[in-house]
Amino acid sequence: MKALLSAITLEHLYLSAGIVLRICAIQSVADKKNPHRIGTGLFWLLFGLTFLTGNFIDPKADPAINRPYYIAAGSMVVAMTAIACLKKISVGFYNESTKTQKLEYRARFGNAIFIPLLIIPIVIFSLSIAFKINALIGLGIGAVIGFIIAICMTRPKAVQMSNEGRRVIDAIGWAIILSQFLAALGFLFNKAGVGEVIAVLVSSVIPENSYLMSVVAYALGMMIFTMIMGNAFAAFAVITTGIGIPLVINLFGANPAAVGALAMVAGYCGTLITPMAANFNVVPAALLEMKDKNGVIKAQLPMALIMIIVNIIFMYIFGMIK
Amino acid sequence: MEVSELLRLSGVVIVVLGLLFKFNPLLVVLVAGVTTGLVSHLSLVEILEAIGNAFVSNRAMSMLVLTLPVIGICERYGLREQAEHVIKKIAAATTGRVISLYILIRQATVAVGLIIGGHPAMVRPLISPMAEAAAAAKSIKELPPSLVDKIRGMAASSENLGNFFGQNIFPAAGGVIYIVSTMSNAGIVIEPIDVALWSIPTGIAALIVAVARYMVFDKQISREIEKLGGAK
Repeated sequence: MKALLSAITLEHLYLSAGIVLRICAIQSVADKKNPHRIGTGLFWLLFGLTFLTGNFIDPKADPAINRPYYIAAGSMVVAMTAIACLKKISVGFYNESTKTQKLEYRARFGNAIFIPLLIIPIVIFSLSIAFKINALIGLGIGAVIGFIIAICMTRPKAVQMSNEGRRVIDAIGWAIILSQFLAALGFLFNKAGVGEVIAVLVSSVIPENSYLMSVVAYALGMMIFTMIMGNAFAAFAVITTGIGIPLVINLFGANPAAVGALAMVAGYCGTLITPMAANFNVVPAALLEMKDKNGVIKAQLPMALIMIIVNIIFMYIFGMIK
Repeated sequence: MEVSELLRLSGVVIVVLGLLFKFNPLLVVLVAGVTTGLVSHLSLVEILEAIGNAFVSNRAMSMLVLTLPVIGICERYGLREQAEHVIKKIAAATTGRVISLYILIRQATVAVGLIIGGHPAMVRPLISPMAEAAAAAKSIKELPPSLVDKIRGMAASSENLGNFFGQNIFPAAGGVIYIVSTMSNAGIVIEPIDVALWSIPTGIAALIVAVARYMVFDKQISREIEKLGGAK
């Protein structure tokens, strides 16, 4: 069992995700009621291919071997961007069940309809406890098991199985690639040394003899730089090296475990209010089919602002507790 | 600071302006990425390579694709309707209470290293329909789309806040390890357990702030329902 499970790697799951997307692409092209069926199909085909391309790449191999694959993947990203900007991706027709049918099904299945979804966290949990399987692989395996249970329970027609998946994928639309694309932007920002410039700018405006001001600079620096990068981890290394360690920890002798912990959550306050954190803010708005694409950020803004103040106060106080 | 140094920030400026003027975010990211690459003296092909490299290395972010067919099928067979049905039977259920309970569970589980959440796995199929149904059950008329949008936004916020402010309480969490290793790169030795313990007060504070916000939101919903034509 364990041997079988550990034979499943992330590559297999990426391959599966790629297959889901390519089925989605074929169905989109065949969907006569989708006003942009070619563009939509092409978009999902390209996205599916980037999953596949990744499987040819061995990160440990000679960079020269990987180069063509990376360039190909980069070109696919540009092509997907073009399709989205030209508005050639749209929702189609999915032969959905009617409200009356849904209510009938509800009466038939009752709470059992929750099982295929609740099985996913159960699988993640048991695989990680029993076999120390990584949560991401657990998620993939859980999703496959959930899918099998769902079709055994409901027995939909084959075409409808993929139609329903396509319906949810189309609802998210181009926003689905935003998270990965932003990670690529973060990578380029790093190459250009954006973080170092920001750290120098921030530390040049704070007075050197004030513990309070250096704490404020560290926390706000984390929040602002996370908003730019969309990722608190990327901000943490830069701002901690630039402000946290030289000023807060070395100059004022603050407790590094406490200020480090609070600086990271100060970054998370930034994550809550930036569209750059697409997978937390933009994709969910699309997934929940919200009219206001900034609706998640608007809901979080007041809470994030209160929490950044709380974190500054905590960092100021806890930093002095040894 | 020299001008050439500040030029490195041009990508950041493009992102801020692009989003402010509501250009397509993919286009904004592309233009910002290419500009940033050019000011750091990369050729266009090298920029394309860098984008492809980072895009492919971050495929894990899009693993949610695999969960979508399950959600789609369950929705076809009355998942939302069942979530609504369950919530309507509980007289004490309100939108604020549903999402407060969710953030409590989400934060408590992630704090002990369990991942039982996520926007695709929990919020879209269960939490958001329940939060909407709890409000709809109290109104005679149908809820206006603007209010439904706000409820969905709040439901999504409970997932994010619970996740962010709970995860570092678990000593083996990615964030904790990252803090420890960044410090150790600078020669400062700290223990993961200390980072986890110092993450508890802010976790509790976030839970209090969020639940307070959701209780106020319940009052706002009641007022909107009153204006709409009365509560049941």
